Amino acid sequence: MSIDYSSKISEVVGNMPPSAIRKFFDLASEMDDVISLSIGEPDFVTPWSIREAGINSLKDGYTHYSPNSGYTKSKQAICDYIKRRYDIEYDQKTECLITVGGSEGIDIAARALTNPGDEVIIVEPCFVAYKAAVTFAHGTPVVISTKQENDFKLMPEELEAAITDKTKYIILGYPGNPTGAVMTMEDLAPIRDVLMKHPEIIVISDELYCELNYISDEPSSLARFPELRDRVIMINGFSKSYAMTGFRIGYVLGPKEIVSQMTKIHQYCIMSAPSMAQFALIEAATNGDDEVKKMRDEYNHRRRVILQGLKDAGLECFVPYGAFYAFPSIKNTGLTSEEFCEKFLMSKKVAIVPGTAFGVSGTGHVRISYAASMENIKTAMKRLAEFTDEIRKGLV
Amino acid sequence: MIDQIELLKLIEKNSQLTLAEIATQIGAAAADVEKEIADLKAQNIILGATTQINWDETTLDRVTAMIEVRITPVREKGFDKLADILCEYENVTACYLMSGGFDLMLIYEGKNLRDIASFVYDKVATQEGVLSTATHFILRKYKDNGILFKTKDSDDRQAIVL
Ligand SMILES: Cc1ncc(COP(=O)(O)O)c(C=O)c1O
Repeated sequence: MSIDYSSKISEVVGNMPPSAIRKFFDLASEMDDVISLSIGEPDFVTPWSIREAGINSLKDGYTHYSPNSGYTKSKQAICDYIKRRYDIEYDQKTECLITVGGSEGIDIAARALTNPGDEVIIVEPCFVAYKAAVTFAHGTPVVISTKQENDFKLMPEELEAAITDKTKYIILGYPGNPTGAVMTMEDLAPIRDVLMKHPEIIVISDELYCELNYISDEPSSLARFPELRDRVIMINGFSKSYAMTGFRIGYVLGPKEIVSQMTKIHQYCIMSAPSMAQFALIEAATNGDDEVKKMRDEYNHRRRVILQGLKDAGLECFVPYGAFYAFPSIKNTGLTSEEFCEKFLMSKKVAIVPGTAFGVSGTGHVRISYAASMENIKTAMKRLAEFTDEIRKGLV
Repeated sequence: MIDQIELLKLIEKNSQLTLAEIATQIGAAAADVEKEIADLKAQNIILGATTQINWDETTLDRVTAMIEVRITPVREKGFDKLADILCEYENVTACYLMSGGFDLMLIYEGKNLRDIASFVYDKVATQEGVLSTATHFILRKYKDNGILFKTKDSDDRQAIVL
């Protein structure tokens, strides 16, 4: 007798489509010599001193669980770093939780805040995890589609229009994946004003890319407004800024009333984040500034090469000032995002991601990651120009 | 405005970039980059450009030695006079004044051991003011000028949803 597994799977899980990015990877992985500008993680290996700190912790026998919320030393290093970079004070004891990447932070924040039916405002195009986390937590995502003409920044009137009596919290991430958009403190000020009119709304602010900002040395965050500080859950980590994706380490900062509830979920479901990675992060947070700067400078060079390449290929792109993505419009080619990416991959062997993977507002766009070697970027841009030329000549 | 340090760091890492490539990467106009580079050359800040070569993978025989030289400073000119003389030898690829147990460090590229030995005996040890030398042969190069000698790994990051 065969088992009907579909009836065994929870509805929210069963109904969740797999990520569209994954589909493209699978396609690309079956081909040889593909240049991938589709990957959302640094191509750099973690700086050696950070790796060494992790190795030394293993040598010293730190192979046990850490305290649930993380080692005191590691949390203190995080709070010191945030104080230094953001000028915000957090108490390591009650307001800081070390997580398994920013990913866990997003998940447990959603779970800690959401009752079934709560509306959650999600600012798209965005990282694929936000909507999924809200849905898994039985919330109702309410999407704001930011626009290219606003450089994919959240506009105060868009926020105001999305708020209802049921709005529980909002998730936003700047510098953003997939757009590379940055919101400066000046951009955030009107958002703060809207939020001040709705004091019941909590903010989840994903700041994983805070150090990859090519327009300002200082990270911007809604949490930097003192009047909002206690309503913001900052999701942050080391994956992007420090090229530490494989360490699986991140953190959450926020008011103790919320962080303590998140810690409860973390305690029961995860226990504690990897100890080795918690030692490595101390080195990153304490002594990593120069290494970050080196990588940021290199990304910035690549960013400009990508923007020039897009121009040469006749594709319109707003200037991204953060993360390591460009999000050009491909509307003038007459192709859909999926068609564009698929044909580009098949004919030129370059993998990029259709913007629709990040929400409907990504329609007509593609995500190009410049977390790849300069050589590969240059070759890919040359092929892109050939490709768009062939489209214009009706050859594609 | 061109950020001089950014420009220098970029071309220090890769001397083969075209003006247009440099201009794109640092976000400046090619004509400005050209002018800035000319200025930097005139100021003796940009001294030259070389290419890092792994000679071990070629048919050319080459041995590199580091030669420590202890000297008594020559009156009036100090260490510089002797350094100037030793730098005249084309195979001396680097010459540094050092703190510590010796004074000058030479890097010398020779065809073989004999070649280097004869340089040390005939050319260095015989200079006026040289007290002693110590020669170290380089057995294997792992990294030079920031460049690793082993071949680079290809991009092996695998599929992930993000
Ligand atoms: C915007 C954003 N937030 C969070 C994450 C999660 O990062 P991690 O779990 O490695 O810290 C990613 C990864 O792609 C991301 O792009």
